[in-house]
Amino acid sequence: MKVRVKQFMKTLGIDIGSTTAKLVLCENGRVLYEKYERHFSQVRQKTLEMLSKMPNVAPDEPLAVAISGSAGLGLAQSAGLTFVQEVFATGEAVKKIEPDTSTVIELGGEDAKIIFFDGGTDERMNGSCAGGTGAFIDQMATLLNVTVDEMDALSLNYKRIYPIASRCGVFAKTDIQPLLNQGARKEDIAASIYQAVVNQTIAGLARGRKITGKVLFLGGPLYYCKGLQERFQKTLELSDEDAVFPPDGRFAVAFGASLYATKHATPVRFSQLCESIQQSMHEAPIISRMPPLFETQAEYDAFSARHASATVPSVDPASYCGTATLGIDCGSTTTKLVLLSQNNEILYSYYASNLGNPVQVVKEQLEAIYALCESRIQITGSAVTGYGEELIRAAFGVDLGVVETIAHYTAAKFFRPDVDFILDIGGQDIKCFRIRNGAIDSIMLNEACSSGCGSFVETFAKSMGYTIADFAKKGLFAKAPVDLGSRCTVFMNSSVKQSQKDGATVEDISAGLSVSVVKNAIYKVIRASSADELGEHIVVQGGTFYNDAVLRAFERELGKNVIRPAIAGLMGAYGAALYAQKRNESQLISKEGLLSFEHTAKATTCHGCTNHCRLTVNRFGGTKTYISGNQCERGLGYDTSKSESVPNLHAFKRAYLKNLSSGDAKRGTLGIPMALGMYELYPFWHGLFSSLGFSVIASEQSTRRTYEKGQFSIPSDTACYPAKLMHGHIEELVDRGVDAIFYPCLTYNVDEKTADNHYNCPVVAYYSELLAGNVENLNKTDFWYPYLNINNDRALVKGLQAFLAPKYPDLGVKELREAVKAAHVAYDTFMSSIRKEGEYAVQYAKEHNKRVMILAGRPYHIDPEIGHGIDKLAVSLGFVVVSEDSICHLTERQPVHVLNQWTYHARLYRAARYATEHKNTELVQLVSFGCGVDAITTDEIRSILEEKNKYYTQIKIDEITNLGAVRIRLRSLLGALEQ
Amino acid sequence: MENNYIPFTKEMKKEYVILAPNMLPMHFELILQVLSNYGYKIDLLKTDGHEIAETGLKYVHNDTCYPALLVIGQFINAIQSGKYDPNKVALILFQTGGGCRASNYISLLRKALQKAGYGHVPVISFSLAGIEKHPGFRLSLPIWHRMVYSVLYADLLMSLLNQCKPYEVHPGESQALAERLTHELANEMAHEKVLSYRRVKENYRRIIRAFNQIECVRTEKPRVGIVGEIFVKYSPLGNNRLEEFLVREGAEVVIPGLTDFCLYTVYNNIEDARLYGIGKLKAKAYTFAYNFLNGKVRDLIDIIREESDFTPPTPFPHTASLVEGCIHHGTKMGEGWLLTAEMLELADSGVNNIVCTQPFGCLPNHICGKGMMKPIKEKIPKVNIVAIDYDPGATQVNQENRLKLLLANARDAMQAEKELQQAPHTERETVTV
Repeated sequence: MKVRVKQFMKTLGIDIGSTTAKLVLCENGRVLYEKYERHFSQVRQKTLEMLSKMPNVAPDEPLAVAISGSAGLGLAQSAGLTFVQEVFATGEAVKKIEPDTSTVIELGGEDAKIIFFDGGTDERMNGSCAGGTGAFIDQMATLLNVTVDEMDALSLNYKRIYPIASRCGVFAKTDIQPLLNQGARKEDIAASIYQAVVNQTIAGLARGRKITGKVLFLGGPLYYCKGLQERFQKTLELSDEDAVFPPDGRFAVAFGASLYATKHATPVRFSQLCESIQQSMHEAPIISRMPPLFETQAEYDAFSARHASATVPSVDPASYCGTATLGIDCGSTTTKLVLLSQNNEILYSYYASNLGNPVQVVKEQLEAIYALCESRIQITGSAVTGYGEELIRAAFGVDLGVVETIAHYTAAKFFRPDVDFILDIGGQDIKCFRIRNGAIDSIMLNEACSSGCGSFVETFAKSMGYTIADFAKKGLFAKAPVDLGSRCTVFMNSSVKQSQKDGATVEDISAGLSVSVVKNAIYKVIRASSADELGEHIVVQGGTFYNDAVLRAFERELGKNVIRPAIAGLMGAYGAALYAQKRNESQLISKEGLLSFEHTAKATTCHGCTNHCRLTVNRFGGTKTYISGNQCERGLGYDTSKSESVPNLHAFKRAYLKNLSSGDAKRGTLGIPMALGMYELYPFWHGLFSSLGFSVIASEQSTRRTYEKGQFSIPSDTACYPAKLMHGHIEELVDRGVDAIFYPCLTYNVDEKTADNHYNCPVVAYYSELLAGNVENLNKTDFWYPYLNINNDRALVKGLQAFLAPKYPDLGVKELREAVKAAHVAYDTFMSSIRKEGEYAVQYAKEHNKRVMILAGRPYHIDPEIGHGIDKLAVSLGFVVVSEDSICHLTERQPVHVLNQWTYHARLYRAARYATEHKNTELVQLVSFGCGVDAITTDEIRSILEEKNKYYTQIKIDEITNLGAVRIRLRSLLGALEQ
Repeated sequence: MENNYIPFTKEMKKEYVILAPNMLPMHFELILQVLSNYGYKIDLLKTDGHEIAETGLKYVHNDTCYPALLVIGQFINAIQSGKYDPNKVALILFQTGGGCRASNYISLLRKALQKAGYGHVPVISFSLAGIEKHPGFRLSLPIWHRMVYSVLYADLLMSLLNQCKPYEVHPGESQALAERLTHELANEMAHEKVLSYRRVKENYRRIIRAFNQIECVRTEKPRVGIVGEIFVKYSPLGNNRLEEFLVREGAEVVIPGLTDFCLYTVYNNIEDARLYGIGKLKAKAYTFAYNFLNGKVRDLIDIIREESDFTPPTPFPHTASLVEGCIHHGTKMGEGWLLTAEMLELADSGVNNIVCTQPFGCLPNHICGKGMMKPIKEKIPKVNIVAIDYDPGATQVNQENRLKLLLANARDAMQAEKELQQAPHTERETVTV
C-alpha cells in the first residue's frame, strides 16, 4: 500500500524540458525554493547538480518527488521515480494558482501547449511538425545575430510586421533570410518573428476554439520575452486583467509536479533520491548507434593529408603587381569575397557571417581590398552571385551577376576539369548538380522542409554551449555516434531529445548530426539509391564541408573519396572571380565612391495591383535605389505593357474566372469559394446555378489575408496550403451574407478518358465535410455539399434534385436538365478557350523565338497566393507561360509506371510528354507542400522528362513567398539551357 | 496497368516463395495458411528494426506515406538478406484501391524493385477489387470463403486477447493462448476438405471458453481505443508497438476488428451505385456479400453473449449509423467515414479514450480523422482523443509523451466518475436521516 504523504512533508517537483531544467520545493503548497537553469543536454548531471545546491533539505529528510517534462521521462524511468505528464502537471498547478483561468497557453523549449478549462478541460500539444516555440525563438535570434534578450528589446520598437511562416523553423528562416538580405529593419523582423509564434499557437493549437476569458501565459519564452507577451495580448485582444503573465510562470510545470507528488508519490529520502539519479547515469543507453567516424588518430591524419592537397595557390598582394578580378558570393548567412590575380592565384579572401547586413560587410571588405591594392593592382572585372546578388550589384556597381550554380561549376572545374557531380552544402541550403558533356545537366535544391544543413548544426552547437568548430571536433572521435535519421530539422530536434533521454554524450550527438546532414543530402535531396548514381568525380563544397566530421560521414556513406577544395567555403566567390575575367574594364564603385557610400532601407507597400507586395526600398547615397520584395516588375516602376502582351495562361485563366458575371437573384445568391477544385469547375457550377436563377458569387482570389481570416479553424496543420486557404474563402462568403454556400463532394472528377480512372484527391473531394465540422460561422448560412456525379447527367440531375427539391419545391426535373446542359456548355467553353489560348501561346513563342514554360501543377496553382506570382516571374525571365491543361490536348496519352487514376495527374503526364516533343519547351512543376499524391507524380514526371534528356524542375510551394530562391532556380535552368 | 508488370505464372506457383508483409499477426497467419493449403508457398515477413525504414527511404520517394515506405522497405530488405533466392521469389501486397494514394503502393513497389535491381520479381496485388490478373494466382470462391472465416476467427482472438491481457494473473498467459489457438485453427484449416459452418461455430465456442479459463483480476483500468489508417493502426512495426506500450502503462486496449474494414469496402460499392449510379449490377452482388457477412457477425455476437461476459463486437450497421450528422457515407477514400464511425462507436460503447493513428500527412485522415475531432467532441463532450502521427523521423519520446497525457486524463476522468458515483449515495443518506 502507498504511504500517505504527511501534511508537513516537503514535496519536490522537477521539470526537465528540452532545453532547461526547473525545480520547485514546496511545503504545504507554499514554495520554499525554486531554480531554473539551461541543461545543455546534460540532463542527469544538471539535475544532480541543481539538487546538490538546493538548500532547506537535510540529507535524511523524506521528500515526495515527481518528475515531469519531455526530457524527464527517461530519468524518471531509470531512477524509478514518479512521472507526471507536463500538460497534466500544468493543469494541476493552474487549478491551484488561478482557479478562474479559462485558457492556459504554455510555450516551452520545443513544445507548445494550450489548455482550455471552460466547458470540459481540453488539453492540446503541438503536433510533430510544428515550430513556434522557445527553440524556434533561439534559432531566429541566432539568425539575426543577437541574443534572445536583444531580440526582445528590438521587437519593442517595431514599425511594421512582415508575414513570416511559423509552421516550422525552416520555413521561417526561408522568409526571414531574404528580408535580412533585402535590408529590412531588425526591429521589424524581431516583432514579426513573435507574431509568427502567436499565429502558430492560434492556428496550430487552438484549431477553431476561440481563446477568450482569462488567459494564463506560462513557460520560459513567455516569461522572458516582453515583445512576445505584447504580440499575444494584442492579437488575442485581451485586456490587461485577462492577460496574466505570472512571475512564476516558468515554474508552473515543476510546481504542478510537486502537487502531483503530494497525492501520488511514495516518499524517498533526499540522499536516496540523489543516489538513484547518480546511478541512472551509468545505465546502458538504448538508442541505436553507429560506428565511430575515425577509429584512430592515424586514420584521421591520413584523411587530413589527402584533403590538404586540393588547394589553390595564393600570392601575397603586397608583392603582386597587375590586374585582378573580384568575386563576391553573398549567401544566405555568410558573405564571401575572393580577389584573384590574372594567373588565378588568390590575392585576398574573406569568409564570415554577414551579420544580417551584407551591404555593410561588403562595403568594409571593399575598403580593405582597395587599401591592399594601392596603385599596383587594377580591378578589371567583378561579379557577384548568391541570394544577395541583385542587392550587392545595385549597391556597388558590380559588373556581372552570375547564377550560383554556374559560379560553382566554374570553380569546381578548376579543381577537376572532368567533374561530374557537385554538392554544395551551405548554411541555409543544399545544392547539387550533375554535369554531363560539360554542361549542367540537372539541378537539385533542397525543398523548404529539409534544409537542415550547416546552420542547423551551428545553432545546435550554440544551444549546447559550443562554437561550431569545437562542436565538430568533438564529433570526430565520438565512440558511438547516435543514429538520428534523415529528416527535417524539427524531427532531428526531437531525435536529439530522445538520445539525450537515453544519455548520449555531446560527442555522440555531434557525430550523429553530421551523419544526418549527409544522409539528408544524399537521400532526401539527391534521392540517390546508391553511391554510383552520383558520379565518378565528385567535388564537395560549401562552408559545411569545412566540418571534417561531415566530410568523413559523406565519404563513408558513398564509399568513395571526394575532393574538398581547401577553399570549400569560397567556391562561389572564386567561381565568380573566374567568371569576371570575361571583362576588361570594371564599373565597380571606386575607392572615392566608397567614402560617400550611404545605405538606407525602408519598407513600403506596392499599390501596382491587388497583390500589395511588401517592398523594401534600398537607397544608396540618394541616387541609386534597389527595390525588393516585388512579385512582378510593376513595383519597380518599369513599363509593364510589353510583358503583359506575352501570353501567360495562368493570368488568362484567372481573368476568365474573374469575368464570369453573376445574374439575377431570382432564387437567391449562391456563394462559391474560389479554391481547390473550383479553379477547374467554377464555370460548370456557375452555369448550372445561373440557369436555375441563382445569382452566383465567387469569393475573391486569395491573398495572405484570406489565409489569416480562416486559419483559426484549420484542424490539421499538415494539410496543404490550398486546402487551408479554403477556410478564409468560406469566412469571406459568410461575411458577404450569401444565402447559401456551395462546394460539392466529388469523389470522381471530370472523366477525360485519358487515364485508368478519374478520381479527385481526398482533400479536393471531401474538404467540405471538414469545413462543415469545423467552421462555426457556417451556421450563419446554408452550406450545400452534396455528393454528385458530374459525368452522368441522369445521376447528376437525380443528385441535385435530392437536395434542392426540399428547399425549392417549385424546381422541376426539366429545369434541372436544362441547367445541367447549360453547365456543360459553360464548362466546355472554358476548357476550349484555354486550349485555344494554349495553342496561341505556343504559336506566339515560335514566332517571337521565345521559350515556352509549362508551369504545371493543379488548376488551383494559378491562385496568386498559392503560385506566389511565379508565372509573372517566368514571363519577366522571357518565357511564354502555359498551363498543363492548355497544351496536354496537343499530344498523345503518356504511358506511366504508376497507377494513372487522377484526372489532374493524367494531364500532368501528358504535359510532360508534350515538353519532350518540343525543343523550346520546358516543364516546371509546382508542388504544394504536404500534397501526398504529388509524391507520386513528381518522380514520374522527372523520369518522363529525363528519359528524353529534358530538365526537370520542381518548385515546392507553401505559405512561404521566397521568390528569390525560385528566381535562382529558374535562372539556373535558363543558364543550363543556354550552355 | 502499364509498364513493368510481371505476371505471376502457373509455373511460378510451383517453385516460388511468396513474401507477405505482416500487418496483423494473427489475421495474416490464418489467411496465409488458407493460401498455402491451395498450393502457394508463403512466407510472412516478421522482420523488425531500423533498417526497414532506412531501406524504404532509400528506394521510395520520401514524401510517400509511411506504410508504403515500411512495406516496401521490408520487402527489399528481405530479398537483400540472402534468405531467399531473388529469382525464385514473388511478393504479395494487400490493398484496397480507390482514390487514396495508397492504391499506388503496387506501382511504387515495382518502381522500387526496379531501382534496387529486382525488376524481374513478380508482385501480386491482393484486393477485393481485383486490380490486375495473374495466371498463377487465382482466388476461387472456396478460398474467399475460408478467408472470411480466418478474418472472423482472428478478430475474435484479437478482441478476447485484448480483454484478458491487462488483467491476467499469470503474465503472458493470454498471449500464449492466442498464439496456440491461431496455430490450431491454421492446422485445422490445412486438413479439412469441406468447411462446415457448424464446425466454425464450435470453434468460436472453444476459443471463448479457453479465454474464459484464464485467471484474471478485474481491477479498474482505463480503456483506450485505437483507430486510424489501417496499417499504422494494426502493425506494431508501423506504430512503434503502440498496443504493448498502452498495456504496459496500465490500460486496456480496444481495437475494432478487420471485419469492419471488409464490410466498409463492400458497403462503399453499394453506396457508389446509390450516389452516382455506377456499377448497379455489381452492387447486387455486393449487397449479397454485405448481408452474408453481417449475418456471420451476428452469429458470432450471439455466441459470445451465450458463452461469456466478454464484450462482443458492435454490429456493423449500428457502427455505420453513428456517423449521422458528422460525415457522409460517400467519403470513401482510405479509411474514410469508417474512421469517424469507429471513434463514435468506441465512445458509444463507453471507451472514451481514443488514439487516432495516421502516417504523417495522411490525406484522408485530414478529413475523416483530425477533421472530425471537433464534431465528435461536440457530440460526446467527455471523449478524449489524441492524434498521433507516424513517420520515419517521428520519435517515440514525442509519441509516448502525448499518450501519457491521454492516460493521465483517462485516470483523472475515471477517478472523477468514481467520486460522482459515491456522491449521490451520501446525498441519499442525508435524505433518509
